[in-house]
Amino acid sequence: MRPGQHIITAQVATPWLMLAPALIVAGVLVLLPVADTLWLSLHQVILYRPRSRPFVGLVNYAAALADPVFWNSLWHSLIWVVCAVSLQFALGLTTALLLNRSFAWRGLARTLVVVPWALPSVIIGLIWTWMLDFNLGVLNQIGVRLGILSASVPWLAQPSTAMAGVILAIVWQGFPFFAVTLLAGLQAIPAELYEAASIDGAGGVAKFRYVTLPGLASVMATALLLRMIWVANSLDLILVMTGGGPGTATQTLPLHAFLTAWSGGDYGSGSALAVLLTLLLLGVVVAYLWRSREQ
Amino acid sequence: MTRPARALVRLLGTELPVALILAFALLPWVWMMLSSVRPDAELTHSPITLWPHTLTLAHHIELLRRTSFLQNMRDSLIVASGALSLGLILAFPAAYAFSRFRFRGRTVLRTQFLLINMFPVVMLILPLFILMRELGLLDTYFALIAGHATFTLPFAIWLLTSYIDGIPPELDQAAMIDGATRLQALRMVVLPLAMPGVVAVGIYLFIASWNEYLFALMFTGRNVRTVTVALQLFIGENQIQWGLLMAGGTLVALPATILFLFVQKRLVGGLTGGAVKG
Repeated sequence: MRPGQHIITAQVATPWLMLAPALIVAGVLVLLPVADTLWLSLHQVILYRPRSRPFVGLVNYAAALADPVFWNSLWHSLIWVVCAVSLQFALGLTTALLLNRSFAWRGLARTLVVVPWALPSVIIGLIWTWMLDFNLGVLNQIGVRLGILSASVPWLAQPSTAMAGVILAIVWQGFPFFAVTLLAGLQAIPAELYEAASIDGAGGVAKFRYVTLPGLASVMATALLLRMIWVANSLDLILVMTGGGPGTATQTLPLHAFLTAWSGGDYGSGSALAVLLTLLLLGVVVAYLWRSREQ
Repeated sequence: MTRPARALVRLLGTELPVALILAFALLPWVWMMLSSVRPDAELTHSPITLWPHTLTLAHHIELLRRTSFLQNMRDSLIVASGALSLGLILAFPAAYAFSRFRFRGRTVLRTQFLLINMFPVVMLILPLFILMRELGLLDTYFALIAGHATFTLPFAIWLLTSYIDGIPPELDQAAMIDGATRLQALRMVVLPLAMPGVVAVGIYLFIASWNEYLFALMFTGRNVRTVTVALQLFIGENQIQWGLLMAGGTLVALPATILFLFVQKRLVGGLTGGAVKG
């Protein structure tokens, strides 16, 4: 061995040694289960019959795709993701722009706006279920008093309004995330750009269009992607508020997979649904990254 | 514009909308707290009155005396502290490696870690449940601690890397030239300087674990039952006891919210890679 060789070896080995614990844990608790889900999805695995696990190929997938509940859940997922993320984004951007202006109690407002973000989904679900309650909900009460509603509405108990109810709750939970990340993005835009735009005669709208939006583009893209994945995967809020009901009115794809596996005891089909959801998400993420790379 | 006119524009164009948004953000929280201190007679009377006539701590007292809630709080505390410790032990060395070393596969690996969060929890939860059952780990603190620490790992590594990037590498190099080993430099130079970031990430890990529901529902339930699962169980009965639920919700949400308000600026700073001004 030449002198100094062991130093170079140590140089190469050190980062890997430091990464090893995280890599091992992630491997055992993430990659292994992912592989396991793929395996399960190709077998008939019923909770009550643990000894027999026949290989069935793509039968679980075919059955899932032939089931109208799957397409129904996919449609609900689409509504859920598009409505929740766009409303969170719109409200978050508005909040960020307002909190970027100067006024006396700005610091306090910036601190307090994050409160919904800190709450557990279970509690958020409870609060909104309580506020939307048919008999005792404060929102029905206020709506009736202000004349917006002619009578109390059983928001979460009727199929036509249940989805709107759970979306309202997740918008509440999620808009502070957009508000603070977009605010950080706004603060990173150099003030000189606005001054230069003013000198060139740009008005408020032109400044927003040509300085704010381009300056914010990368933060917006990252925040939207992260949030979309998160909302598409989340099921605890719906699970707590409606359990997917009434009927299947609020049953999204992850919830469908969860209920099939857990309540139905059909691990094989549940796993196939989970794999389909992952593939769909992966497709969206790849398309998204592809587009942002082209731009 | 004259000064009063400008003040009026600011009031109507900025302060009023901000006040409305804050009302939207805070009023549900306030309504939960308010509901927790009203007697059952008011909570079950339809239509509900906006202002409480009587204030009572009956629900809080019942919650702490008659239910297992204190026990659940203790379980949540143990799990969240464990997830915080395990998460930092795993994430800090990894973040240091990402920040200070340039090695083959570094970029790919950093991205790979973020991909962990892309897998739907439903995809992982079944095999993990089966794995935990076979290892006899179901219904133990460890099952939940390991699960929570793993799923917050990507975010923790990402944030810590960005904090360590902010510490000049010359400092640990200088320490090593003075004869310190890399581990000594890590412990005596980098760790103290990164401490504010480590604390912020630690608190984030704690809150994430404290708030988590689905893993806790699947992996535990009898011996170990965290507050989120316990709260959900109060609903199961025919008659929903809203007073009790709201008291429990307030007691669970309060510590997490206060902790979060302390560290949110630093977390967002680490996330967006820049300084966030107050």
